[in-house]
Amino acid sequence: MKVGVIDYGVGNLGSVLRTLEELRVAPVLVNRAIDMHANDCLILPGVGNFADCARLLESGGWVQALRDDVLGYNRPLLGVCVGMQLLADVSMEGLDETQQGTPGLGFISGKVEHLRTLGCPHRVPHVGWNSIQRAEAQDGLFDGIPDGTDFYFVHSYAFVPRNPSDVLATVDYGIPVTAAVRKGNVWGTQFHPEKSSRAGFRLLSNFISGPAC
Amino acid sequence: MLKVRVIPTLLWKQFGLVKGVGFDSWRRVGPVLPAIKVYNQREVDELILVDILAHRSDEELDYESIDEFGQDCFVPLTVGGGITRIEQVQRLLRAGADKVSINTAAYSFPGLVTEIAKRHGVQCVVASIDVRAVDKGKWSCYSHAGTEETGREVVAWARELEDRGAGEILVTSIERDGTMQGYDIPLIETLVNAVKVPVIASGGAGNYHHLVEAVQKAGASAVAAASMFHFTEQTPAGAKAALAEAGIPVRKTFRPNEGD
Repeated sequence: MKVGVIDYGVGNLGSVLRTLEELRVAPVLVNRAIDMHANDCLILPGVGNFADCARLLESGGWVQALRDDVLGYNRPLLGVCVGMQLLADVSMEGLDETQQGTPGLGFISGKVEHLRTLGCPHRVPHVGWNSIQRAEAQDGLFDGIPDGTDFYFVHSYAFVPRNPSDVLATVDYGIPVTAAVRKGNVWGTQFHPEKSSRAGFRLLSNFISGPAC
Repeated sequence: MLKVRVIPTLLWKQFGLVKGVGFDSWRRVGPVLPAIKVYNQREVDELILVDILAHRSDEELDYESIDEFGQDCFVPLTVGGGITRIEQVQRLLRAGADKVSINTAAYSFPGLVTEIAKRHGVQCVVASIDVRAVDKGKWSCYSHAGTEETGREVVAWARELEDRGAGEILVTSIERDGTMQGYDIPLIETLVNAVKVPVIASGGAGNYHHLVEAVQKAGASAVAAASMFHFTEQTPAGAKAALAEAGIPVRKTFRPNEGD
């Protein structure tokens, strides 16, 4: 099983790689778009600013490569945190509502908005451990992970998929916030499985060994 | 529901962990790596690791050690001490840090906070503020591990850091530090009311009741403690149980549901 971690210049890559090693997977750091196809599944990490991440994806040739590989060849992809938000059509990060958003990959239709814009009454960023509620649809990604399991979140923006059936799990932060998404062979988590201790190990091993990969 | 975090603070000096009183009289606590391993096995919510001498040295940060310390850490790790440039943040994130804490450098280059927030996101920057009380309801900020007065007043400074992109504020009372006499509750409450980002209480925790107070009386989003975990039999797990008993939401240990 070859798990490729996409290294496009951002992200807490150290943490992601280490957690995969803990799962006895030898992760491959993919730092050229051309090498992407050599993996069985892919993880797209991301921290920081959406527009910066999107620009780095574009300039590194990753956008086209991801389209070919994930949409064309159905290679399973898991986006984490901003990596999940990048799956959306568009993000409003750093912009006001009168402006045009920054385009994302568009793998899962929807928009990324500030938690405040969405009506969140609490402190932003949303930082810390929070319990997820699974959607009705069953998904292998959450095998063995009961409702109410705590995962580590740290974000100010949230993904609102256009099609509610793409939402796998939500988290309550004064408003329901998307915690995990799936469409076909593309998954995403707003929380950080690589920093969510044993619950995160379980989720990542579900992605790698389950029906996903 | 979002949980209140219990965060052991690990202060690191040359080869080992230390802990002082009032940012002075440092005592050796033991080696760093086993401490991180134990905390990780016990599923603490988060760890803060600060190199307390790094601000004095012109040498590069000790990325190799950070890399080693991060090896067994599967909860969020905040790394601080001596960070003055954006390139260092990138290297720390690659070495296994998830967030960085900025303290001394922010006074001379406040733009650093903005730069990190822009590049890596606000969630990546923990602004750490060390203070001493000057008057009732007034606190003054100190840099260089509590040794230099900056002339900044804590509320204005915390707001400025928030505006500049800090995602969390870690506030430490230098006078309470290491005393185990309890947090400076008015200080924490003042900051909780002054900013909209999460506030981490630090300095003075000596027992579980102090942690409960910081949350219930002052509204802290997270509680950091060092001495009570190093020098007493109290543990992060015990702390979480005590918080839960007081009706404060804390993280539950993951129990897989195999029938699923």
